[in-house]
Amino acid sequence: MAQDSGTRTLISQAQLQRGPGRAIYWTLLAVVIIGFTLVFLGPLYWMVTGALKSGQEIAQTPPSLFPQDPQWQNYADAWNNLALAKLLFNTFYYAAGAVLFQLVFDTAAAYSLSKLRPVFGNAILGMMLATLMIPAMVLIVPQYVTVIDLPIVHISLLDSPFAIWLPLVANAFNIFLLKRFFDSIPEDLMAAALMDGATPLRTLWSIILPMSRPILGVVSIFAVTAVWKDFLWPKLVMPSPETRTVSVGIYAFAGGTPMNVVIAASVIAAIPTVIIFLIFQRNIMSGLTAGGLKG
Amino acid sequence: MAITSAPGAIRAASRPAPSSPAGRQRTSLGRKVRDNLTGHAFLIGAVLCFAVFSWYPMVRGIVMSFQRTRRGETTWVGWDNYLRILDDPSFWTAWKNTFYFTVLALVLGYAVPFFVAILLNEFRHAKGYLRILVYLPVMLPPASALFLFKFYAYDPSDAGLFNAILKALGLPTSQWMQSPDMTMPAMVIASTWMNMGGAVLIYLAALQNIPGELYEAAELDGAGVWRRIRHVTIPQTRLILALLAMLQIVATMQLFIEPLILANGAGAEDSATSVAYLIYQHGFFQNDLNGAAALGVIMLVVLAGFSAVYLRLTAKQD
Repeated sequence: MAQDSGTRTLISQAQLQRGPGRAIYWTLLAVVIIGFTLVFLGPLYWMVTGALKSGQEIAQTPPSLFPQDPQWQNYADAWNNLALAKLLFNTFYYAAGAVLFQLVFDTAAAYSLSKLRPVFGNAILGMMLATLMIPAMVLIVPQYVTVIDLPIVHISLLDSPFAIWLPLVANAFNIFLLKRFFDSIPEDLMAAALMDGATPLRTLWSIILPMSRPILGVVSIFAVTAVWKDFLWPKLVMPSPETRTVSVGIYAFAGGTPMNVVIAASVIAAIPTVIIFLIFQRNIMSGLTAGGLKG
Repeated sequence: MAITSAPGAIRAASRPAPSSPAGRQRTSLGRKVRDNLTGHAFLIGAVLCFAVFSWYPMVRGIVMSFQRTRRGETTWVGWDNYLRILDDPSFWTAWKNTFYFTVLALVLGYAVPFFVAILLNEFRHAKGYLRILVYLPVMLPPASALFLFKFYAYDPSDAGLFNAILKALGLPTSQWMQSPDMTMPAMVIASTWMNMGGAVLIYLAALQNIPGELYEAAELDGAGVWRRIRHVTIPQTRLILALLAMLQIVATMQLFIEPLILANGAGAEDSATSVAYLIYQHGFFQNDLNGAAALGVIMLVVLAGFSAVYLRLTAKQD
């Protein structure tokens, strides 16, 4: 991915630099830049500014490009009436816990499968990967029934953050991603550590993990965005208003709240993931394409 | 990515060679047991989570679909749940809608990202900016993005964003979600806008792995741009194209949040009801968890059918 500027693509460098090719290239580039900005950024602009319009202005034809009299009150109403601070805090809390649980359990499992290789390891990995074939909607009902009455211990996880954290640990994609990365760490390093008498835990902590920062970053970012974007599962297992996530909370209020206030709340709900994306876009994009699709 | 798989002979290499044959027997057996126990100790957390929240629910879903629970009493009812589900006219409407969505989404959400990726791959400037733009909507919470579409884009009056654009271009405006004919296309547009970034980035990575010499050779043979796409680009990315088609079908079959938010569930004249929405309705509103489980099993069987066809087709091509 690093040397993509030099490789030959569909159209040769020479063709793009000669007379007509050059003109076509720059025209097309300009058209695409403007077009993509309108298509992908335009709706977001419409959303942010639309939430600043008054009820009358939003209903006027043709719609105005800039809010004539910005109603900052809409954003304040969204923040106060929907208790967004609480909803955002809940979502942060679930996301942070999800990162922690996934990092601890999935890293340990991937390390074991990659380096310790106990008996039945491959069978277990196979059964984990098989879950990737099962669509989430197929499992939603039995999963819900399981969570409200856990087998053997018979406790309900309803309204408990564990109902979000523990099912997220069962993420075969993460384990696969981590295992592939650990597989690329030379065995000599492991062997040297074991020779020096390091325990497997110490080897993981002092040798493997420091080398795996990029992949741990990718897994963490995916965990945060997964919690932030998820809707149906948190809606089912976090039924009370105090434990809702931000998406579910906005949905619950959407019926009885003015349209512009709902949009203002939607804008606020989207800010954290957009910021995460702008900061970590390189990691996210490389993680996405490294995800074994060309394995 | 320079990740090469090198699983290894660590077990053989890591141990100091034992001094005597007798000592070797004992230590290696004790070691083996201990090493395996350590290995499983590291696995146990993840394995328990998979067992409780993935493997067990899978089995339980199938079992539930043959049971009926009334007033706390669970009895075996054979195929009753399935027969009841099949008898419900909304079952067939939901499948019709879901397939319609899948086909539309394949046309729009599958072909468009491929050509967008081919285009982006040719640009020598603004690469980063264009990639960020395409992927930005993927990062929005779907509920946020869908409220934007519902209230601003698909406003059926002339004040709505899409209708204002259509009007400015002199085209007829639409009722969007209020018109049964437009419900599905409108949901596909919203869904494609939200999700196409992932596919574009994956295609881009695949395009960058095509050896440049192939284009070179094709050009020397006098192949134009279109022929180069047909005879070099598409064959070279065939596996990724097939894989993403499969993933896309699995994803679109689970259509849920779009109908829930954009169409308040069923939509005008049931034009938005999806199979996933039906599962949700049965399970959580009609107090019919067993029927919902049966619907889930039917969905799984249909997807398994698609997977079988997919494996057949890709195996033949190789």
